[in-house]
Amino acid sequence: MAEMVSTSPPHPDEGETRRDFLLIASGVVGAVGAGLAVWPFIHSMNPAADTLALASTGVNLEPVQVGQRITVVWRGKPVFIDHRPEADITAAQDVDLSKLVDPEPDSARVQKPEWLVVVGVCTHLGCIPLGQKSGENRGPYGGWFCPCHGSMYDTSGRIRQGPAPKNLVVPPYQFTADTTIKIG
Amino acid sequence: MEAPTWKNPVIGWIDRRLPVFTMMQHDLVDYPTPKNLNYWWNFGSLAGIVLVIMIATGVVLAMQYTPHVGHAFESVERIMRDVNYGWLLRYLHMNGASMFFIVVYIHMFRGLYYGSYKAPRELLWIIGVFILLAMMATAFMGYVLPWGQMSFWGATVITNLFSAIPLVGEYIVTWLWGGFSVDNATLNRFFSLHYLMPFVIFALVFLHLVALHTSKSNNPLGIDVKGPQDTIPFTPYYTVKDMFGLGVFMIVYLGFVFFAPNFFGEPDNYIKANPMVTPPHIVPEWYFLPFYAILRAITFDLFWGLIPAKLLGVIAMFGSIIVLMFLPWLDRSPVRSARFRPIYKQFFWVFVIDCFLLGYAGANPPEGYFVILGQVATAYYFAHFLIIIPLLSFIERPRPLPASISAAVTAKGAGVPARSAAE
Repeated sequence: MAEMVSTSPPHPDEGETRRDFLLIASGVVGAVGAGLAVWPFIHSMNPAADTLALASTGVNLEPVQVGQRITVVWRGKPVFIDHRPEADITAAQDVDLSKLVDPEPDSARVQKPEWLVVVGVCTHLGCIPLGQKSGENRGPYGGWFCPCHGSMYDTSGRIRQGPAPKNLVVPPYQFTADTTIKIG
Repeated sequence: MEAPTWKNPVIGWIDRRLPVFTMMQHDLVDYPTPKNLNYWWNFGSLAGIVLVIMIATGVVLAMQYTPHVGHAFESVERIMRDVNYGWLLRYLHMNGASMFFIVVYIHMFRGLYYGSYKAPRELLWIIGVFILLAMMATAFMGYVLPWGQMSFWGATVITNLFSAIPLVGEYIVTWLWGGFSVDNATLNRFFSLHYLMPFVIFALVFLHLVALHTSKSNNPLGIDVKGPQDTIPFTPYYTVKDMFGLGVFMIVYLGFVFFAPNFFGEPDNYIKANPMVTPPHIVPEWYFLPFYAILRAITFDLFWGLIPAKLLGVIAMFGSIIVLMFLPWLDRSPVRSARFRPIYKQFFWVFVIDCFLLGYAGANPPEGYFVILGQVATAYYFAHFLIIIPLLSFIERPRPLPASISAAVTAKGAGVPARSAAE
């Protein structure tokens, strides 16, 4: 009974003691508790509910002529919609996939070949590539050209040359009618 | 050191309970300083003074600024036009940031030239590198606050660096933004952190000074103090010299504030942020240009694409600062000052030129020969620390060191105790 209430180890050479156990156990519980308490602080910096609830964007494609490109806003980012002419579609389909940085067939990037929908944010460091307005530099592959660090995209929004590691992202979207889409 | 006795009974009463006056006497007055310090040693105290100016102007600017994407740009323009002396406070703060980096970069090059990073001052140097990192974070977030085009796109490019981290990169970027792009949540947290960081820097500066006053100041000869004859008390000798240097510095600083307040700025930042249009040529503030050049220099994947160029660029950019922390162990030469290191002295100046070339490459668009220039200068930057300095430690034959500071800098080579000389 005596050793059970003792506050100091009766034999210091014996190795682990009851006190060591209590110290380690309370230390671990304290550390886990502190770790759990930190989570609300970290998670508070993640997107808030109202940010997540941002409505999806509906787009009417009817007025967009063949060869015309428009930009719409989705989740605070530009989305490029390209009404591709036949030549651009063929160029995008005829590429040798083994020559691509991020190999993806054109068919996997479009739902209807004449409509290309991509997030207009360079996958390198987030600049907006040029090529939406007529007269802007579209780069040697006829798609988009990022002025920040010189990434070049083709008519399927695939990275062809420059520092960007990935193709322009295709956002989730669906055709709600023949000429209207809902992004998000 | 024994506590001084205070004539003023109030000071004495406080000091016996809280020895702040003893500490001040010890560290600001009596502090034994090598008697041969040149003007390159002014820049440490200058940096401290600029930090105080930045905090003072920043606190009052924060009273007028609105951290909201709809109001930030307009609130800064209101500071410029309507707030009493708002234009002065903002220009002091804006140019103060540039001055802070000029002063600190000179302070660091001085440390490199005179070997101030070597034993026993390794920790002093490493704390200094942390101060630089904290300054960079503060300056970056402060530049976002006016919410101009460069603010927005600078923030976008730099936060996107973190997306290069494998697996969790995208989550980290979303977490940093508090959304899916740089937006109001981002601006708010940057304002909060921009206000916090200067006090972190202040605490680091305090540690920097504790370490300095423990191992004591280096000097242009790089040799140890041999005794009291080699030192003079900090006050009045270096207090007055620092005051003179401060006067010269203020002429330059206020010269920019009053006569060329936007010299260091980008005209694009007077255009309100537009998330739909990237300016044709994004450049960071001048003090980040060499690091920006290193980031962009890596245009190739490593290990067959296992480490993509983007990640490699980010690693190189952070590595260019982290490598400084290892400098005390990369340089094995026992001689500190470049005055006695004939080969290192040459390479030091080549390194200075290399840093300017990196800045030049960083300021220009990544096209044509600027790409090659950036790559060569980046390779040399790392070669300087990882190849040249370690190699010189072995192949260089240093010139003979003087017997003591006094022997080198006084006429008869004899030390005159400074206290008696002053009296």
